[in-house]
Amino acid sequence: MGDRERRVVFVTVGTTCFDALVKAVDSEEVKQALLRKGYTDLLIQMGRGTYVPSKDSGKLNLQVDHFTFSPSIADYIREASLVISHAGSGSIFETLRLGKPLIVVVNEDLMDNHQSELAEELAERNHLFCSRPQTLQETVEAMDLDALQPYMPGEAKPVVALINKFLGFPV
Amino acid sequence: MGLDAFAAACCAIPVLASLLAVRFAYVLCRSGLPPTRPRAAGLRCLIVLGSGGHTAEMMNIITELQKDRFTPRYYVAALTDSMSLQKAQVYEKSLIQGEGEKIIKNAQFMQIYRSREVGQSYITSIATTLLAVLHALWLIIRIRPQVIFCNGPGTCIPLCASAFLLKVLGLGWSSIFYIESIARVKKLSLSGLLLYKLRISDQFFVQWTQLQQKYPRAQYAGRLM
Repeated sequence: MGDRERRVVFVTVGTTCFDALVKAVDSEEVKQALLRKGYTDLLIQMGRGTYVPSKDSGKLNLQVDHFTFSPSIADYIREASLVISHAGSGSIFETLRLGKPLIVVVNEDLMDNHQSELAEELAERNHLFCSRPQTLQETVEAMDLDALQPYMPGEAKPVVALINKFLGFPV
Repeated sequence: MGLDAFAAACCAIPVLASLLAVRFAYVLCRSGLPPTRPRAAGLRCLIVLGSGGHTAEMMNIITELQKDRFTPRYYVAALTDSMSLQKAQVYEKSLIQGEGEKIIKNAQFMQIYRSREVGQSYITSIATTLLAVLHALWLIIRIRPQVIFCNGPGTCIPLCASAFLLKVLGLGWSSIFYIESIARVKKLSLSGLLLYKLRISDQFFVQWTQLQQKYPRAQYAGRLM
């Protein structure tokens, strides 16, 4: 039992306060759904949130841990088998670049909720799954990781070429 | 005497006003057109950084720039956002290792007052907005940028407006490049919308084709992330 493969779910809210997401992953239903999908560990980066998830996994066999901030979020993403993230573009593209399966949970409490645009567009293109705190359990249960398409990172070259051309520099 | 001065003012003010209006129209038409003469290298650049994702996108552009053409570089971020300047500093330091002492002198880092912090009341934000605008104007007069790069944070509005004012007054000419954040798929940000509608930016980029279709003067040249 001890040497079985670890499959870590990493939850990140970046520098935001997103208690609704932390509460959702801390719920019995979501934890059970994750266990059924074969995940063994749940690691939560809770940012500026005040809700502290319980480290006690109760009857469940899921190892739960949490911390507030880390300068090396990328290392945690690299170690993870599944990332559940807030909808910030930084976290989204960092996870996609590292090629990890990603569920983006949109924070509906934000006033100017433009963030869902990006998550929904990338979900439509099958680069990630898009969810809300209250539907996270269903998303975990319904997700098919094989359906995900790798994201080809963009590049600044074409934009910079146009800028150079506009300014009259030889390209 | 007093009457004479009054009469002179009465004549001068309409003349000045119409001159300004003509100049304003000229600047609007001239914006968005490439410079007439080919560039000599070394354009003073103002780079407006915003928090989180904005800075990552901007640094992708800066990394691609030919450093001898776009120099010196003035990085500006909000007073409350030291992370973004740190990232820019790390990048500029990484350049020196290859190129020696020369380049770090070509990069400067400064902070600007924000017009409104999240959650600030509207009454106090009138005063802070005024402060932010004056500070932006002061920075623009000091730096006299020839090229401005911005991609969305609210701090870029007073800076771009000040740069535009300098153009109208004939005190300096800058080409303003606005690259809308990748997070904007269907709608422009408020900053983007203002710069687009008021035609303050010379070149306006978006990162999704559906946005380009909605705003035909915008250009689509792929994604930065």
